[in-house]
Amino acid sequence: MEIIIGGILLGGTYALIAMGLQLQYGVARIMNLANGEILVAGSFAALWLFAGAQLSPVLSLIIVVPIAFVGNWLIYQYFLLPLVKRSKNQGQLEVDSILSTFGISFIFVGVMHAIFGGEYFNYEYLEIPFQVFEEPFALNRIVAFLGAAIAAACLYFWLNQTRSGLKLRAVSVNPDAANLVAINVNRASAMAFALGGAVTAGGGALISMFVTFDASIGVLFTMKALIIVILGGVKEIRGSIVAAFVLGLAETAVASLIDPGLTLASAFLLFILILLFRPQGLFGRQTS
Amino acid sequence: MFRRTILSTAAAGLVAAALAFQPAQAADTIKIGASAPKTGPLAGGAATTQWPNVRLWVHDVNSRGGLKLKDGQKKIELIEYDDRTTPGEAIKNIQRLATQDKVDFILAPFGTGFTIATAPIFNKLGYPQLAVSAITDKIPALTKRYDNIFFMLGSTTTFTNSVVDILKKMKDDGKIGKRVAMVNVADAFGIELANAARPVFKKAGFEIVYDKSYPLGSQDLSPVIKGAKASNPDAFVAWSYPPDTFALTAQAKINDLNVKAFYTAVATAYPAFKGKFKADAEGILGAGGIDPDTPALKEYFKRHKEVTGKDADYWASAVTYASFQILEQAIEAVGTLDRKAVTEYIKKNEFKTVIGPVKYDNQNSARYWTVGQWQGNKFYGVSSRGRPGAKAIIEKPAWNK
Repeated sequence: MEIIIGGILLGGTYALIAMGLQLQYGVARIMNLANGEILVAGSFAALWLFAGAQLSPVLSLIIVVPIAFVGNWLIYQYFLLPLVKRSKNQGQLEVDSILSTFGISFIFVGVMHAIFGGEYFNYEYLEIPFQVFEEPFALNRIVAFLGAAIAAACLYFWLNQTRSGLKLRAVSVNPDAANLVAINVNRASAMAFALGGAVTAGGGALISMFVTFDASIGVLFTMKALIIVILGGVKEIRGSIVAAFVLGLAETAVASLIDPGLTLASAFLLFILILLFRPQGLFGRQTS
Repeated sequence: MFRRTILSTAAAGLVAAALAFQPAQAADTIKIGASAPKTGPLAGGAATTQWPNVRLWVHDVNSRGGLKLKDGQKKIELIEYDDRTTPGEAIKNIQRLATQDKVDFILAPFGTGFTIATAPIFNKLGYPQLAVSAITDKIPALTKRYDNIFFMLGSTTTFTNSVVDILKKMKDDGKIGKRVAMVNVADAFGIELANAARPVFKKAGFEIVYDKSYPLGSQDLSPVIKGAKASNPDAFVAWSYPPDTFALTAQAKINDLNVKAFYTAVATAYPAFKGKFKADAEGILGAGGIDPDTPALKEYFKRHKEVTGKDADYWASAVTYASFQILEQAIEAVGTLDRKAVTEYIKKNEFKTVIGPVKYDNQNSARYWTVGQWQGNKFYGVSSRGRPGAKAIIEKPAWNK
């Protein structure tokens, strides 16, 4: 029971890390290597609002998420759209976007380093035990998990039940065909990219409640997000959510039952098994 | 690999751009080079311990007119590079500082691995290397091979032994039982310390009831603490790095792991630790410690805050500053920029520093603090080699609810 709850809470954290990248890569076809930096920027924003205005990290989402949305939309319009227009095929866009977002990640690290300095940052918020089935868990992790659940539910509902969500899914499946049925592919992509960035930054704000971070830690989050997105299948939002929880449960089970030293190994074992036996990911469709 | 290449290219570009904007250098300055992490896993530690002291020292020397040499007083011109927590980059930085920037002296890099990695290049280029943030059992071998390297924080063996000694004393006094839970970060530092500690704990009559490692950068350490708690220990020891020091302590509090002796290694001495845990930091043991109540250190802490805007840590900060003072006093005593003469001077003389007198014996300073404890608002040294003023150990109270 303890393992299941611990695993689900960790899975919630992983979902917050990976959902944004999934939208950006799955729909906008941008392999965003600055994902982790955007997350850390969200963490810094939450810290700044908490330290400066005593604003709860949960309430700070009201400010962080819209700003991240606009910021990411601008990044897409000015830095990435030219690449999309120039590229002749998916492969070229991937290479170009990897290079470009890798550069953007450096800019983010540099700017955050200049503003906040290079030390470790953390703060204490809701770090109190909360009993679940008579077992204590940190309340801030539970709040982050709820945030992940709400974000996942909203995204899932929006993508599957609304017309604008349908457009995004169409672009995700086949951008050229979507264009033929009068979907503005660039607009839908910009929307997906901005939304992905907003989810990531919001996740960063929630995660900042219980991690110790610094200006250059983003790459760790990017790596985790990449593994989860590929595990889940790049075209399916459900995939990355399920993959996040599978990974969280697997790591917690290994840490509790075998040895905490093997959590990383178990994550990569899972990754290799998926790549070997289901290269399209847990929920990905076979490419025809 | 692909990633690496871009990283280095980008960094090289930045460095080149930074250099291009440097004003023409006047001949009446002393050029000092510094290379330490500003990004990467060790950046947080360096930003607490290393960089503020580099700035403070340059500020202190320049505000009193510079270093007094035989041909007049000269101000310091500082050239700093980011090693991105990559040993290869650190070596390149040292080489570049010596051959391209032609600096007169180089401040030693940050971290054990980086000290060892750059030792050959420091030696080849003939620059004294006054290492501080380096703890290793290889000190005798290194000082034998390189006649220009100096150490100040002791060896892995004394580092672990003094923790065991403290727990043994608490055990002998009847304050704790013999069950120890020990965890370590799965990284060269943590593994080396855990391996060194295991036999010493057993010899001291302890039973290690939980002994696990966790990977560097783990996001969730609650299984580790839950496991440790299930083993019902009397003492908890973690050979940990900064982010996990915070995470383990937070989880111990959440899971109500109450032991009378709670030790976490690096970063326990950071002001941020007290900032986060406040009253709950009381009684927590950690690596380092100093005697912050000496007049020299009181004054140092005050100046550190005024000049850099940050609080100094209670371990290597003051020692780092002391190493710069040693370099400064040696240069002034020699009166020229003759690196060989300065190195020889450092070997033979005693220096007055903020941490008290320092004298190298076979290039190793044998007076240092090993374990500290939060008592009130300060982190006091409770175990030292050759430094006076160790405080009595207190039992860790239960977590505040």
